[in-house]
This record gives sequence, C-alpha cells and structure tokens, in this order.
Amino acid sequence: MVEFALPKNSKITGGKSWPKPAGATETREFRVYRWNPDDGKNPSVDTYHVDIHDCGPMVLDGLIWIKNHIDPTLTFRRSCREGVCGSCAMNIDGQNTLACTKSMHDVKDGAVKVNPLPHQPVVKDLVPDLTNFYAQYASIEPWLQTTTPTPQKEWKQSHEDREKLDGLYECILCACCSTSCPSYWWNSDRFLGPAALLQATRWVKDSRDEATGERLDNLEDPFRLYRCHTIMNCAKACPKGLNPSEAIAELKLKMVERQI
Amino acid sequence: MTARIERPLSPHLQTYRVTLTMALSIIHRATGIALYFGTLLLAWWLIAAASGPGAYANVQAFTGSIIGKLIVFGYTWALLHHLCSGIRYFFWDLGYGFKPNEREALTWGALIAGISLTVLVWIIAYTVGGGR
Repeated sequence: MVEFALPKNSKITGGKSWPKPAGATETREFRVYRWNPDDGKNPSVDTYHVDIHDCGPMVLDGLIWIKNHIDPTLTFRRSCREGVCGSCAMNIDGQNTLACTKSMHDVKDGAVKVNPLPHQPVVKDLVPDLTNFYAQYASIEPWLQTTTPTPQKEWKQSHEDREKLDGLYECILCACCSTSCPSYWWNSDRFLGPAALLQATRWVKDSRDEATGERLDNLEDPFRLYRCHTIMNCAKACPKGLNPSEAIAELKLKMVERQI
Repeated sequence: MTARIERPLSPHLQTYRVTLTMALSIIHRATGIALYFGTLLLAWWLIAAASGPGAYANVQAFTGSIIGKLIVFGYTWALLHHLCSGIRYFFWDLGYGFKPNEREALTWGALIAGISLTVLVWIIAYTVGGGR
C-alpha cells in the first residue's frame, strides 16, 4: 500500500554527534542511521568524523574505522569487501549500492549519509530484515527443472545459449535493486521485485530448463510481474551493472509472445 | 529474547535521491490523473456547445479568464506530456531503449517534447484563434 510517511515508531529523532578524532588532520563526516532494538527509542542519525588518512577509501572502510575507533556498537553486515558477496548493500548518499565498492570520495559535498536499504524492517542499525526478499527469490524456484531423463553426463548447452544468460547470472542478491523500487516499497507483499524477476528471466531463458511454461504461469499476475512500471531505479542502483528493468521487459514480451 | 519486537521501517522516499526516470514516472501518473479532470472540462465544453449560446458563453467566460487559461494550458501539457511519455513506455515494452544513455535520452525526450508541443499548440491557437 502506498504510504509516503514513515510510521510513528520509524520517524528519525535526534542522534549523537561524536567528537572528532584527536590528532586527525583531515576528516570526513559520516551520518549513519542508528536503531537499537533494546532501548525502546526511535531511530536516530549519529554523526561521526573519520580520519581519512588512517582509513581506506571506501564507505565500508569508513564504517569499519568508526566501529574500530569510535563506536563498537555500530552494526552492519559485511564480508568479502570486494563486491562479490552482496552483504554490505545499503543506501549511501541517497542511492542503494555496496559500501565496499563505493568510494567515500565519490560522495560529493557534505557528509556521507548512510542508511539501511529502504522500506525494510530494521533488525539493528544498518541491518535490514530481508526474509521477504529471500522468500520471493525462493518462490521463482531458482533451479534447473526438467522432465526428460537426466543425461549420463552433464546437461549440455551451446556457447550461444550460454551467452543468453550473460547479464542475468551475475546477480549477487544484494537487494540493492528491489529496495530501490517504489513499486516494491508499496507492494512488496505481492510484487516480486526486480531481483527475483531478473532471476526468473535467467531461468526462463536457460536453454536446458524445461519448465518455461510453468514459470511464466507463475508470473502471470497483476502484481507479481506487472507492478513493474519501468521506473528504472533498479538498473541505476545495481552495483554489478545489471539491468533488471530490461529483464522484466523481456518477461513481459514472453508473456505476449506465447499468446500469439 | 522477549516478545515480538516492533521493528521500524527504514526510510525510503525520505532518503532516496530522486532520479529523472523516477520523477517522470510520478509525473506520468499525476498527468494521467489530471486527464480525468481535463476530460470533465472537455465534456462540459461539449455539453455547453450542444445546449445553447448561453451555456456556451459561460464556458467561454471561464476559459477566457486567467485561471481558466492556466487550467486549459495545464490540461494541454498534461495531455501532450502523457502522450509523449506513453510513447516512451511503448518503446520500453517492446524491449528497446534500456541502455543507460538510451533511457535517459528517451526520458529527456518525452519531457522536452511534451513542453515544446504544448507551447507549439498554444502558439498555433493564438495565431489562428487570436487568443480567444
């Protein structure tokens, strides 16, 4: 449902301003969303100053520096620190991306504003609850489905057919795209969102898969697929440079093609 | 752990940087809604034209006033913008224009075409109709 304002318990109030690190010659201001499930308060935005000569260039480096040097309670997900795992997806400077591949120096003027992925329940600080997102991924049944007997060796695929999966298989399920989508914000209970639909396209286009009809049947729904209004935030957010908008358009075309 | 925690919702519209395609999507929806009211205006004009000179003069008086002119101008833009923007969606639904430069070009194109066509229509209307 469309709700422009945040619920009462989600409104951002106040926040602590932490002192500048002693002895730092050059600092960068970070404004980070905080919410602690244990203190019963509303979310807030804390201000930190990162010593940029003691810290790597990425936003994730900044967050780790804050956690190590200023505030060990700051909570966020991270793992690979090189754009492969998708753990550190968050909203930085108003756009969803991976903290590990986004340079803090690419954030123009003023503070580096860091928020959790938009319109998700917050577990703590920058950690969103992505249960629904993963359930939607599971609902498109992202595995090879066949009816013909399993071959003695592997399922073969020509180089040309394999190339059809380029731009689809690289998705790391970081949720940057889905949580950038206003349609997903208002209807995530029924709209599958760009990430799950990109993966649906990946399996529909796989030459080895034999469940194309069932896959399309499952998507033929005013919400699951057709809540996409080609807003394109997903394609702009994707840290891997993929284009969920285009993948969704391909799905919509396939829906029409099979009716002719 | 205690009972269920009331988790806050993370900020969305409040923090998300507005993109061109996002803004145009909102404007497409808004102009679509505006067209409903514009159509009422059109219906009023047609009904008045059918019912006689008195009723028609009322419409003329309204559309001749500053506010009336603004509304009719707005309606022209809403209609033409919605048309141009709709053609853009048509391209996308056919699977074209998804590359970053293409999508921006299409979106700027729809915005500029909508405004230019509106201005053009009004220039023609003034030259032909003499601003009536």
